[in-house]
Amino acid sequence: MNLVIADLVQRFTDPRTGRLATVLDGLELRTGEIGALVLVGPSGGGKSTLLRILAGLDVPTAGSVAFDGVPLPRDEAALRGYRRTMGTVFQAYNLFPHLTAMENLVLPLVHVHGLSRGQAVERVREPLERFQLAAHAHKRPAELSGGQKQRIAILRALVVRPRRLLLDEPTSALDPDMKAEVLEMIGELRAAGTEFILVTHEMAFARRAADEIAFIADGRVAFHGSPAEFFAATADPRVRGFLARTLGT
Amino acid sequence: MPRWLAHTIVVILLIAGISLAFARVGYAWNWAGVWEYRGLLVRGWLTTVGVSLAALAASVLVGALAAVMLRSGRPLLEAAARVYVELIRGTPLLVQLLLGFYVVASAVGLENRYVAGVLVLALFAGAYMAEIFRGGLDAIPRAQIDSARAIGLTPSQTLRLVVLPQAVRLVLPAVAGQLVSLVKDSSLLSVIAISEFTLAAQEVNSFTYSTLESYLPLALGYLALTLPLSALARLLERRFRYETA
Ligand SMILES: Nc1ncnc2c1ncn2[C@@H]1O[C@H](COP(=O)(O)OP(=O)(O)OP(=O)(O)O)[C@@H](O)[C@H]1O
Ligand SMILES: [Mg+2]
Repeated sequence: MNLVIADLVQRFTDPRTGRLATVLDGLELRTGEIGALVLVGPSGGGKSTLLRILAGLDVPTAGSVAFDGVPLPRDEAALRGYRRTMGTVFQAYNLFPHLTAMENLVLPLVHVHGLSRGQAVERVREPLERFQLAAHAHKRPAELSGGQKQRIAILRALVVRPRRLLLDEPTSALDPDMKAEVLEMIGELRAAGTEFILVTHEMAFARRAADEIAFIADGRVAFHGSPAEFFAATADPRVRGFLARTLGT
Repeated sequence: MPRWLAHTIVVILLIAGISLAFARVGYAWNWAGVWEYRGLLVRGWLTTVGVSLAALAASVLVGALAAVMLRSGRPLLEAAARVYVELIRGTPLLVQLLLGFYVVASAVGLENRYVAGVLVLALFAGAYMAEIFRGGLDAIPRAQIDSARAIGLTPSQTLRLVVLPQAVRLVLPAVAGQLVSLVKDSSLLSVIAISEFTLAAQEVNSFTYSTLESYLPLALGYLALTLPLSALARLLERRFRYETA
């Protein structure tokens, strides 16, 4: 994929004070032809806000975003069509709690992508096997571990054959063991050629999986480059401070 | 001690206590008179069941409409629903029934007191239903809507496949509880001369002069309706807790 973001601005009215807050402040990014982009940065920097725009969930106040030269639409109907081509996974509560894992996987295939129930069940069978989730397919989210829930959520995003996955801190609500199992899954997908944009605080994983890393702070891209460049001593003091804090050095 | 045993013991003690109280006042039972009018009581009981069910069905519709208005984000609709809910919840059902039947129903030419009674009862219960439904809708996490949108569901699919199934599970226990209240509240329909269960008992009492023999079956008849409903409410509550745990 190739992602070009120009002068992206996102403002929210604070519901309590009624004042405008500028969360993305003229953000610019121009990636190469890459498979995986990892977004990192301090809390509140605007990573989730950016990812929601890339996912077609929110419309920016101003600016433009284009994947492979195609600009993102702005009207809701076209955005819905766009969202159907993306696989988005949030930090938690992705799955619908009243449905079993299987029904969660089948729902978008049947109700959005027009497969019959039989075709949908057939399509999710192999991925469920591959990620050792077949034995849990009949369970509801309440009966699954956090790691299993997130892996099912990633599968649900995947089985509709999206152009790419958009993952917002998919492991940050998980215990270390479960973090590892979810990261391993993302790593496998990466190896199989799935494109993704990932927001994460897992720096070791970012280093391994990313083609490019963008460091987002104060609503702008403060640094952008290869993992090697990012982890080498960069001049930007915000990146240095962030790395010192997250890597514990 | 198992729960059923604990319940049995409490009920036996209760019956013993009540029997003792009757024995001490030396009440002279006269069931023969009331037995003659049993048909009246049974018809009254059935009327109560019918009226309650009709009012429940209508109150669900009214409550759903008001809940949607409360969350519509349109000031006028919200205000209308809010005024309705607060007015109904802040005034006695007795007043609503009298005003509803003798003023409103008469003014619009609604002659049938059963229809009028059911409508007032439905409007009354609907105000409580509205708050129950609003709470159920508010309890669906924002993330669920985001997930539904991210998948590409349309707003109406989101409502049908994601929001309503969860909200219904959430509110069912409270709705069952509301039905218990509705059954008892329907006794007030006697003030507009609807021959439901309570009015039947009043009539039997005036024919037989056997007050307790007339009203004890009344209590038991209501319990026969409300106890299963309470049990259902608790069952639903447990089921739902398991699902979200
Ligand atoms: N819908 C909204 N309305 C108002 N303010 C918002 C909204 N969404 C985000 N914000 C604000 O925007 C800022 C950036 O939030 P964002 O979630 O994008 O940061 P982040 O980089 O993802 O942080 P974290 O690492 O903690 O997830 C925060 O100050 C947040 O309070
Ligand atoms: Mg975030």
